[in-house]
Parts: sequence; structure tokens; C-alpha cells
Amino acid sequence: MTTPLLDVKDLRVTFEIHRDGDLPWAAPRKLRAVNGVDFSLLAGKTLGIVGESGCGKSTLARALIRMLPATGQVNWQGETDLLQLTARQMLKYRADIQMIFQDPLASLNPRMTVGDIIAEPLRTHRPTMGGKERRARVKAAMERVGLLSNQVNRYPHEFSGGQCQRIGIARALIVEPKLLICDEPVSALDVSIQAQVINLLDDLRRDLGLTIVFIAHDLSVVKHISDEVMVLYLGKMMERAPSDELFAHPQHPYTQALLSAVPVPDPQIERGKVVIPLDGELPSPMNPPSGCVFRTRCPRAQALCAETVPEPTAGPHSYACHFPGAVTQEEIAAPV
Amino acid sequence: MALLDVNDLSVRFATQDGDIHAVNGVSLSLEAGDTLGIVGESGSGKSQLSFALLGLLAKNGTATGSVTFEGREILNAPEKVLNTYRARKIAMVFQDPMTSLNPYMRISDQMAEVLMHHEGLTKSDAIARSAQMLDAVKIPDAQNRVRLYPHEFSGGMRQRVMIAMSLLCKPQLLIADEPTTALDVTVQAQIMTLLAELQKEFGMATILITHDLGVVAGFCERAMVMYGGRIMERSPVEPLFAQPTHPYTRGLIAAIPRVDQGHEALHAIPGNPPNMTGAPVGCPFAPRCDFAGDDCRRDMPPLERFATERDRACHRPIDLIAPLEVPA
Amino acid sequence: MVIDKTKMTSLAAATSQPEMAGRSLWADARRRFARNKAAVFGVFLLLFVACFALFGGFFAQWSNEELDFSVMGQVAQIGGPSLSNGHYFGTDDLGRDLFARTVQGTQISLAVGLVGAAIAVIVGTLWGATAGYFGGRIDNYMMRTVDILIAIPYMFVLILLLVMYGRSISMLFIGVGLISWLDMSRIVRGQTLTLKGREYIEAAKAIGVPAYTIIRRHILPNLLGVVAVYATLLVPLMILTESFISFLGLGVQEPLTSLGALISEGAGTMSYGTLWQIAFPLFFFVVTLFGFFFVGDGLRDALDPKDR
Repeated sequence: MTTPLLDVKDLRVTFEIHRDGDLPWAAPRKLRAVNGVDFSLLAGKTLGIVGESGCGKSTLARALIRMLPATGQVNWQGETDLLQLTARQMLKYRADIQMIFQDPLASLNPRMTVGDIIAEPLRTHRPTMGGKERRARVKAAMERVGLLSNQVNRYPHEFSGGQCQRIGIARALIVEPKLLICDEPVSALDVSIQAQVINLLDDLRRDLGLTIVFIAHDLSVVKHISDEVMVLYLGKMMERAPSDELFAHPQHPYTQALLSAVPVPDPQIERGKVVIPLDGELPSPMNPPSGCVFRTRCPRAQALCAETVPEPTAGPHSYACHFPGAVTQEEIAAPV
Repeated sequence: MALLDVNDLSVRFATQDGDIHAVNGVSLSLEAGDTLGIVGESGSGKSQLSFALLGLLAKNGTATGSVTFEGREILNAPEKVLNTYRARKIAMVFQDPMTSLNPYMRISDQMAEVLMHHEGLTKSDAIARSAQMLDAVKIPDAQNRVRLYPHEFSGGMRQRVMIAMSLLCKPQLLIADEPTTALDVTVQAQIMTLLAELQKEFGMATILITHDLGVVAGFCERAMVMYGGRIMERSPVEPLFAQPTHPYTRGLIAAIPRVDQGHEALHAIPGNPPNMTGAPVGCPFAPRCDFAGDDCRRDMPPLERFATERDRACHRPIDLIAPLEVPA
Repeated sequence: MVIDKTKMTSLAAATSQPEMAGRSLWADARRRFARNKAAVFGVFLLLFVACFALFGGFFAQWSNEELDFSVMGQVAQIGGPSLSNGHYFGTDDLGRDLFARTVQGTQISLAVGLVGAAIAVIVGTLWGATAGYFGGRIDNYMMRTVDILIAIPYMFVLILLLVMYGRSISMLFIGVGLISWLDMSRIVRGQTLTLKGREYIEAAKAIGVPAYTIIRRHILPNLLGVVAVYATLLVPLMILTESFISFLGLGVQEPLTSLGALISEGAGTMSYGTLWQIAFPLFFFVVTLFGFFFVGDGLRDALDPKDR
């Protein structure tokens, strides 16, 4: 078996929160945003991470590149644990891992020209490169992502949202990274523009052999681009499987509920389909339920679920549930 | 007589960079109990259209044309007249409930205020009715929760509160402007189910403004696709999705990734969103349209009926270029 | 994806075109500023005052120290403004040329205002940006220092300094400089905290840009708008402070003078019918303040991020 590009073991991110009402010496409360997530990713593959707001997917992304303090292991190419490096040692790896952000315009400095924005990783990681070559590379990157290279001196506010996201992609690709982390890269874009950006990412992945971690709340987008999909809930992995398998045979009740809720642009299907209802609300991550974190809203929850945390199953299709299986008739019939 | 009649409505905003033509000559009519979806991307003018109906445009905006509600002209009517329509006859639900709820007032007081003002109820009656309404939108423990402040509700619950509040006076028309865009997909499903139930129960006409064709497919009987401040196509939803004939509608439907289909490349619409500054010339979609000719760039095609209950504004509709696929 | 031939050729044609110039936010702001009539008027007022301060001396027939013995003792009768004897603005009570003294007073007042604002900009921006960017304990120590300094009644300290070390212009600069940067550092820190949460700062961190470069390349240019507005509004405040001190008789020492000192003198002799002695300095004082306030307001409107 080949060594995975990225091998994450028991990744945890804990925030210590001091609430306003607490006494100054009181112990801070712990918010476990990411609570023991494992996955590995082979070079050239795309992992989709989905979940609703508050599930810890963005925190996970930031922990991978050490923008947040985390514990566990993030093994890079089977040799280096990124979490053990000093900030200086980490710098070398930052060129290999680049990130694309959710809000295309907000992720670009409004006072810098597009050329300077795209060149920033080069200035940082290839400081010896001459100005002429840098400019040529910037222009090449702009054309690669479908921007006109003669707009190199323009400013971000002169571009539309989709174009700004292309600028962000060009900035990420200019240092020829191995891994691209996309944090909700299309959720701020219009449908027609969203398709352009997804197709571009797909093209780039194929042409450049990129490995991608693709984070989104939109299951249909994730399905489209990912080889493998991981579903998160309250900082925990619920289910992970090859994309086709996950969408065809979801085993975890949360995945099933999530899938059933996605609207389909076809009136006949949309009206006939059954949404599996989730009871109640997302519990506070400060005070997660005992046992399985999903049990408070799960249609299959039993006493066992409150007592023991379900361990993720082994194998390519992994799920953390005491009562996995396909959706049953009773669940469909349950009242809202 | 239709409940709502909009005739040749245009909305313009004066800015330092020139006039923005947000809505250009839109006409529509709505019968009691209808559900109409207005679909469009950002800059299509769909939200400004609804703001103009209720006189909620920003200060630099002007609306021209005509809007009649039950036969009475309400466009640019004085605030005093509009206030008798707002809440009581036409209610609105916004994308972000937090902006329309006062964070310093209890939900009970905010809801009671509406009832006391419009229906002249006493405070205790008004609060009782408010609690009933919260119950109707399926907020658990409504009797006690009505006393809470807005920030004590989650996003989905807050949207339920907003819906309850908009329905207090049993309006004849509900305008929901992206009511689920800020919500998670499971919560969105709950809210849309709720809206559909309430729409049947109260029988009010509903305009759902959204960018999400999937939501329209599930909720609306008819849909209107807007682009660049104009109506591109208007049709009952089944034929619209099964046989889109306007190049924009077809492009939009093909651009959506779907959970129930495979991995093939998405059909992106090339180009960028329209620039709304300055007077529009020709079809706003022409610069991004695969079929556009010189006539499209020169003249805006009129909105014409081409099949039962279906209208479109296009010089080069797809059914005239290529034969329609036989629906499965 | 199917490649559209015509689109490809038009793309090729577009790429071979020369580089387009961008329209920066600064250019936008300049355009908005130029459209603001009050602001442009303010610029003209300031230009007028600056020309007066810089070149007024060349037109003076008298120096600011010379006593005109011919008008001494009968200032109220023949010391008024006149072209014939070269006292364009008349003379002061001692027979010194008021034109020359107003020129000098304007110079000193502007200098105090500009130096105070400059100290505020340099020290306040660096202090605030550092505290805001690094946050945590550093932020805590730095901002508590500012709190303590702000708590000291500065006017009292300033007066004490001037009394203890004698009245001198350098002492005035030190006194004004000590206090002017405090508010600036608070404003800059708040702004930095907002900027720090922006995605482009996060993007720069993800790229691995060092902290120092992030402050220089990403934070400072985005702070500049706020700093420019506040600095423009700070200049007249500094001039006012100096004038107040001079009015109390503790400002610059004779034969130097400032607008505040001149106004003070003029006010003292108002009852003897020598109104020009207060009118001319007051005119330049008011014009300068108006100019700065108009320009500051114009800058704020032009740079207001809400407009974008």
C-alpha cells in the first residue's frame, strides 16, 4: 500500500472559553470543536468533509495547517508530523499546503493589486525569485484559472465574486502545492458561477494531480467533486465512505437525514420524497450528550447510545453508530 | 380580479457611479392562494422587486409602474396607507430574522405589539394569541418560550418566530425573501415543510424569493425566472423543470449539482453576472448566452405566451433551435 | 468542456492587449473627495493658510520684533491697518507689526498641530497595531499603559512642565506629543482587531507570511484611511490645545508667538478700540480650524467603507 499524503490520527481541537459571568479564577469551560477525528488521504484524491454549522469542519481545516492549536497527529507523506514542528520548520510545508476561503472578496486584501495578491506566496516561499519571472508566473497562473492576464494591475473590488474566487485559486496554485484545502469555496457564489468554479477545480485536480480536502455544507457539491466523503457532527466523525457508496448506501441515521433534506431541482422527485425529520436542536458543543453525540436527535437512539460512544468501524466504509443500516419504513412514516 | 397585480414595475437606484436599473418593466399577477417562486441569482432584482411592493426601498431608490392589491394602487402610496397593508394584508419574512427582531424586547411583547396595533386586542389577549401562533409554527413549549428574547432562540427557531409573527394578522399575501438561505439543510427542510403546511392551512398567497431551484421545485406551483432585472421565463414548475425553453433557465438547471445524479461535469454558464449600471440595452443574458445573435444584443425580447400558462422573453428559445427532448 | 472557437480567439485578442490600469480604493476615495464641495473648499482654505504662513514673511514691511516708534503710544489712533505705513494688519499694543506677527503665529500654530498629529500617527499607529495584532498579554500590557497615561490630567501636567522647565517651544512639542498618540493608539488597536478577523489576514497566515510583513503589507495599508481621517481632525485639536495654553499665558515665549497668544493679547486690548488686534489672528485661527474640519469630514466620507 502506498503511503498516504496526509494521515490524520485522533485530531482534537479544544477551545477554552471563559464566559462573561464566570469568576476570573474559575476554570475555563472546554469546547471540543474537533473531537478525535481520523482519516487518511492518498495523493491525487479528493476528500469531501460535510456537516452543518457548528460541526467543526472549518476548525478541522485550520488545525491541519496549524492555524489553530491542535493535538493528535497530522502525518505528512508518512514521515513528518506537522503538529510537532516549530513554526519555522512548518514554514517549509506551508508552500505544499494551500488554502482557498469561503468569502472570495474578503479573502483578498482590498488595497493590493491582483498581481501582488497572487504573487504573495511566491514572495514568501521563493524570496530569491526575480521580479520578471515572478510576474510571468503570476500571469501564467491567472490564465490558467481563466482570468485575463492583462488585468494584473486591477484591484479585487473591480472583479465579480466568481472572478475573485479564481484569484484566490491562482494565489493558492502559484507555489505548486501538493494539497489544496478548500473551505466552502463555492457557498458564497451564485449557481451558474458556482458550476464554473467547481469545473475549474475539477480540471486543475486532473491536470496538476492535486490532492484536495473539500469542505462544504452542500452535499450535492461535495458529491460532485469528492472521491471520498466524511460526515461530521459536533466535532465527531459520523460516517466516512467512498463517495458513490456513501450516497447510495448511507448507514448512519445522521447521513440519511442530511441526504433526505437536500432539495432536488425536480418537482416530481422533490414533492414525492420523504424528509427524515431530526428532532430538537443541535446540542451545545460545550456540553455534548454522553455516549453518541447524535443520540438526542436520532430516530434510532436507545439506552446503549447514551452509555457508550460508538467506535468507528474499520474498512473503507466506516461509520460510528450502534444501530447502522438502511432507512426503515417506520423512520419514514414518523411524524414531523 | 387578481389579489396582486404588478404592471410594468421598474426600480432604479441613484448612485455616484450612475443609475442602477435593478428591476426593468416587470409585470405579474397573483390570485388568492397562489404560490409563486421568484428565482434568480444575485443582481437579478428579485429582492428589490419585493421591497418595492411594500415600499421598503432604500432612500436612493425609486419605483415606477403600478402595483394594485385587491384593486387598490399601493405603489408609492403614503406610509400611512402602506402601514395598513403591511402585516395585516401583506406580510414579509426575511433571510436574516435577527435584523427584523428587536434584540431588547421579549418575543411576546414584539408579537403582541403587532396585534394590539392592528387588531386592537388587549395585551393579555394578544400574548395568548402570540403563544398560539408560536405553537402553530411548532415551537415546543410555546407558552413559556414566548417570554424569551430573540437571542435565546437558535437560527431555525428564530425563523419560525418570524413566520409566526408574519402570520399573526392572517395576511392574504406572504412574501418570503430567501427564508432559508442562512439555515442548515436539515433546518431548511423543516422550515419549508412548515411553510407548505401553513400555506395550506391559512390559504394565503405566497411569493417565495430564492436562488435555490430545488426549494422552488418543492414548494411552488408557478415560478418566474429573473435575470438582470427582467423576467426571462414564467411557467408552472413541472414543465419549467422538465422542458426549460429559455437558454438561461436551461443553463441554470444544468448548472446545479444534484445529490441524485452522477459525477458528470456541470454545465457552467460562462461569463460574469450582469452589470446593472446604466440603461439596459437588449437582453441582459445575451453576453452569456450561447445562442445570442445581434437582435438579442439590440432589442429586449418581449414576454410572450408560447404554451399553456407559459411565457418567456427570448428571441432564440431552445425549442425553436433544437427539437424538444421527449420527457421521460 | 467544449471550447468555443470564437470565444477563444476573443480571449487571445484580449490577452494580447496591454495591461489595464486598476482603479484602487484610494483613487475611488480621491474621486469621492473631489466631488465633496465642502472638502474641496476646506483644501483651498488650508492652501491659503499654508501660503500665508510660508510666504507671508516676504511681503512684510516690518519684522515681527521691530517696534514702530511712530505709532507707539497712539496705537488706537494711527496703529490700525493701513497700506501706507506697511502695517497691513495694523500693529499690536507695543507697535510691532501685526502682519508679521500673525504670519509667525500661524507658522507656530500649524507646526504644533502638525507635529502633534505626526507623533500621534507614528507612535499611535505602531503602538495600536502591535497591541491589536499580537493580542493577549502584550495587548493587555500595552493598552493598560495607555489607560494609565490617559488617566493623568494632561493639562495639569503640561502646565507643570511649562512652569518647571520654562516656557519653550520644544517643551510645548513634548507636552502635546505625549498626549496626542493615546487616543490614536486606541482607535488603531480597535481597527486592527477588526482587520485581524478578516479572511485575507487569515489567508496571509496560511501562506506563511511572517507577522511583521502581515502588519506592514496587510494591516497598515488598510488602517491608513482611519488614521488619515483621525490625524486630520487631530491637527485642529492640537492647535486648540496650544492656543488654550498660550491664552493662559504659558505658551511660546516672546518674541515668538502663536495664534493663541495673539488672540489673548488682542482680547486684552479689545476695550481700547483696537479690534483689529484680535480680528486678524482670530480670522486665521478660525479659517485654519474650518479648513481642517472640512477636509477631515470629507476624508471620512470619501474613505467610509460603508459606501463600498
